Amino acid sequence: MKVLITPLVKNERISKNIYRLSVEFYSKIKPGQFFMLKTTDNAFLLPRPISVNDVNENLISFLYRIEGEGTKKISSLHENDEIQIFGPLGNGFELENLKGKTAVIGGGIGIAPLLYLCKALGKKADVYLGYRDKENMYIFDEFKSFVNRCIVVTEDGSFGEKGFVTDYVDYENYDTVVTCGPEIMMNKIANNCKAQNIKCYVSLERRMACGIGACLGCTVETKTGNKRACKDGPVFDSEELI
Amino acid sequence: MANLKTNFMGLKFKNPIVAASGTFGFGEEFSKIYDLSILGGICSKGLTLAPRSGNKGIRLWETPMGMMNSIGLENPGLDKFISKELPRMKTYDTIIIANLGGHCEEDYFEGIYKLNDSNVDAIELNISCPNVKSGGMAFGIKSSVAYDLVSRVRKICRKPLMVKISPNAENIPDMALACEAAGADAISLINTIQAMAVDIKNKKAVFDNVYAGLSGPCVKPIALRMVHVAAKMVKIPICGLGGIMNANDIIEFVMAGATLVQIGTANFIKPDIAIDILNDLEEFIDTENIKSLDEIRGII
Ligand SMILES: Cc1cc2nc3c(=O)[nH]c(=O)nc-3n(C[C@H](O)[C@H](O)[C@H](O)COP(=O)(O)OP(=O)(O)OC[C@H]3O[C@@H](n4cnc5c(N)ncnc54)[C@H](O)[C@@H]3O)c2cc1C
Ligand SMILES: Cc1cc2nc3c(=O)[nH]c(=O)nc-3n(C[C@H](O)[C@H](O)[C@H](O)COP(=O)(O)O)c2cc1C
Ligand code: FES
Repeated sequence: MKVLITPLVKNERISKNIYRLSVEFYSKIKPGQFFMLKTTDNAFLLPRPISVNDVNENLISFLYRIEGEGTKKISSLHENDEIQIFGPLGNGFELENLKGKTAVIGGGIGIAPLLYLCKALGKKADVYLGYRDKENMYIFDEFKSFVNRCIVVTEDGSFGEKGFVTDYVDYENYDTVVTCGPEIMMNKIANNCKAQNIKCYVSLERRMACGIGACLGCTVETKTGNKRACKDGPVFDSEELI
Repeated sequence: MANLKTNFMGLKFKNPIVAASGTFGFGEEFSKIYDLSILGGICSKGLTLAPRSGNKGIRLWETPMGMMNSIGLENPGLDKFISKELPRMKTYDTIIIANLGGHCEEDYFEGIYKLNDSNVDAIELNISCPNVKSGGMAFGIKSSVAYDLVSRVRKICRKPLMVKISPNAENIPDMALACEAAGADAISLINTIQAMAVDIKNKKAVFDNVYAGLSGPCVKPIALRMVHVAAKMVKIPICGLGGIMNANDIIEFVMAGATLVQIGTANFIKPDIAIDILNDLEEFIDTENIKSLDEIRGII
């Protein structure tokens, strides 16, 4: 694991407030892993944790939504500008744990890391994508060729099904469920899975400083004590969580 | 060729750069990024006699050019540190300092006994911890309280002893004098500055404990003043820290009177930053034609 200062291959807006950034990278990455990203000036201090969205040969891409000063600053970088990247970090999804028919459920910006996962899972996966509205949709069309079924849901019904993505999942069809998105959504999904005895993996977000397990700032409380979202996670078996 | 070798508390540091407590864990994670033997030393995560699970709620918050933390001294406890972490740390070929905290005097004493029997190189006494018996006020606020604690610790401590001063102390020069009079071999300063963040959306404090510790570049001017004030007061050497991000910052601390320095928050900004800082420090010394940092120490 090394800190790299590397030129941006691309940094383009792909939807309202959402950007895709790509850089060259030459080591193996697991779906669900993330990097710490930072501009090389000191415009902001702590690197930002951003998941790997996709890997194409030696090009990795990140998808990020502008939330505050850091992501805004990153979005202002141009092709060939340098960026500091550090990773891959975190446990990522263990593909051998994702057994049988798998539902992959994403909400909002939580959809970003699921593309690379779905590529790896292939036809055993159905993917459920929840967006606020048509305007906020992104990359939904990129999933289709990899997965068995792709269900798009918008809260206002401006595209695809209307309502919450959680209302459209028939849990009994699945052996395993994977989810990334707002915590309320993941909670609901984890509870449904528990009730129906289905294995469920969630990818969590915490504020991070080091990203490697040294500062103990990103604690997740589990049945076996404190875990670090950056090193022991961000992917957790929902049964472990309190 | 730059000579950065530094004698401090009777120990020979390869260079004056030490990783600060709580920002470097027990070195394991950083050892996968670079060779830790380039460091002058490593201060362990803050240790307590019994394991602690730390604080609940949000633990980190970024501020302009700084960050706040409320980790709550989460640590595996001294026994586990000595049996599991220390043997590995001792293989890093750098000086290993145990940062020891406590919530009553007895905690500190028992901790010292355990560390006396270990092969740790030195102890950094963290007196910023709340003292349960005095209503939670930290040991490091009143000089008289700190004097009592440090002098009793000194009596039993067989390792080089550095006391880490809190910037929240009532009076920094008094505090520095108290630690010296109590028999400390050195002092380090500053620990984090008590601070606060407000979540206006939810109309509450960001941290469950309301107050949390501020660190990073924004505290450097305050840290420099405190190091300068302390250096003028005492004869024991000083380890300066607070917001160091590059070699120039180190030179500033040395000119203000520091012998050793620690790098804390900067380890998060660029995990291998110590390599850059060390290279730049060597380059500074060579280009300025300085034989050793002694030449510029405390010149202000
Ligand atoms: C493991 C992991 C993977 C992530 N993957 C993605 C991704 O692929 N795409 C994406 O858009 N976002 C992702 N996020 C969230 C992203 O890190 C935050 O949106 C981003 O840090 C916000 O920074 P900012 O400066 O724009 O916002 P600010 O609000 O200005 O940031 C202030 C501070 O809070 C921290 N922070 C704010 N929101 C979050 C959050 N939700 N999670 C963690 N830290 C936060 C920032 O890092 C920064 O230190 C991920 C978070 C984690 C923990
Ligand atoms: C996340 C974090 C955890 C810390 N934990 C400890 C600790 O356990 N014991 C201690 O003495 N200081 C602790 N500190 C304080 C640092 O060692 C240092 O004194 C302070 O951060 C100022 O230096 P800096 O600005 O270079 O970070 C911690 C700081 C941070 C940011
Ligand atoms: S971010 Fe430092 S331990 Fe997870």
